[in-house]
Amino acid sequence: MFTELQTDLSQLTENNHSQNSWTPVLYKIVNKQIENDDLATLWMEPDGDLAIDPLQPGQFNMLYAYGVGEIPISVSSLLSPYPQISHTVQSVGAVSDAIFKLKVGDQIGVRGPFGTAWPVEEAKYKDVIIMAGGVGFAPLRPIIEAIAEQRDDYGEVNFLYGTRDPGSILFHQDVISLQSDQSINFQITVDHSFMNWRGNVGVVTTLIEKAEFDPKNTIAYVCGPEIMMRYGAYALLDAEIPGSNIYVSMERNMKCAIGHCGHCQYGPLFICKDGPVFPYPAIKDYLNIREL
Amino acid sequence: MKEIIDLLKEHDFFKEMPPKLVDDIAECGEKKSYKSGENLDREGDPADYMYIIRSGRIAVQLHHPTKGDLTIMTLNSGDLAGFSWIIPPYRMQFDLKALEKTSVIEFDAKCLRDKCEKDYHLGYLLMQRSAAEMEKRLHSTRIQLLDVYGTTN
Repeated sequence: MFTELQTDLSQLTENNHSQNSWTPVLYKIVNKQIENDDLATLWMEPDGDLAIDPLQPGQFNMLYAYGVGEIPISVSSLLSPYPQISHTVQSVGAVSDAIFKLKVGDQIGVRGPFGTAWPVEEAKYKDVIIMAGGVGFAPLRPIIEAIAEQRDDYGEVNFLYGTRDPGSILFHQDVISLQSDQSINFQITVDHSFMNWRGNVGVVTTLIEKAEFDPKNTIAYVCGPEIMMRYGAYALLDAEIPGSNIYVSMERNMKCAIGHCGHCQYGPLFICKDGPVFPYPAIKDYLNIREL
Repeated sequence: MKEIIDLLKEHDFFKEMPPKLVDDIAECGEKKSYKSGENLDREGDPADYMYIIRSGRIAVQLHHPTKGDLTIMTLNSGDLAGFSWIIPPYRMQFDLKALEKTSVIEFDAKCLRDKCEKDYHLGYLLMQRSAAEMEKRLHSTRIQLLDVYGTTN
């Protein structure tokens, strides 16, 4: 019976995916960078002949910690040559903690890539605002990488990054590089400061006043906690950026990642296959529905 | 060098305000500079000044007995500081400290209050615009209090 089901599932998916999207592909951890107390970036390579398809910025994989469970994690960098992949994981539950604790050489299951991508091409010859809150930096990072590669194709590029406190700043090397990069207006703020912090203090939306952009010709990408994204979108709309030019990346509990199980249903949408990246008008009516 | 009146006319806070009223406000202002680390005002002091930051950066701070000076927010070029000038009992609620060399337009609060008493339209416009700015800051502070970047959000 189980064998028959497996056969059926592989027939169901083999025309759409290079791999059966129900079955994790075996990868191994080849590098690990501890970002802060509960956050690590893991680089993975296939541990065999199979590999998942290349990812686009904003897409995610289902990462499977063997014997513990599976969670969706967005790609956090696309600089590594295919088939290597990079994910940044925060330890917030049993599965993420198990993945956070993986060591170089350990194995991990990977299904993907899933979901919609950030429309980076759409921002060409326009001004750009990238608004990141906390760990939301990670899914937005591939946009920065893509823009940096073809910097002349974009107008003013603003990267506004808000986080909890100086100790929770992600990707220190990136932040240092961005601070000295004259081609990107990088602004950082923390909600709570330490005594030796000399930078901005306040919510990330206050940084919009420091951004340089023509509102009618600007594409904005927003990722962070949902409350931050809601108020971030309001602030961008107040700055007269059209809602259709604002993109957000949503997050919900997921199981199947291909729109079958319904765990991530969001109104009529499935975060896993209709998202996670949505144009703001597609989800704005649902953002204010309680308990959705 | 630009005169205060010209600086005010370019500032969003005074946008669409009748020119005569902007002239009145400008009469209460003077340009000043503060060194890095210097306090513009301290919590508990009389709120004798309102500031518009021309360049540099100011921290709005509270002093904690064991943690030292805690920064609640930072203000940058174009921002206003010292709203306690408009609300009785006109006492500073926070420290204002220059984080770097900072130039401001410093308005004499008594001069402004006297003009507001004589011209309620001026008083209304200043209160209305100050209230809008204070509402934005209150909102920001509430979001900060939510600690949205905590791991349990």
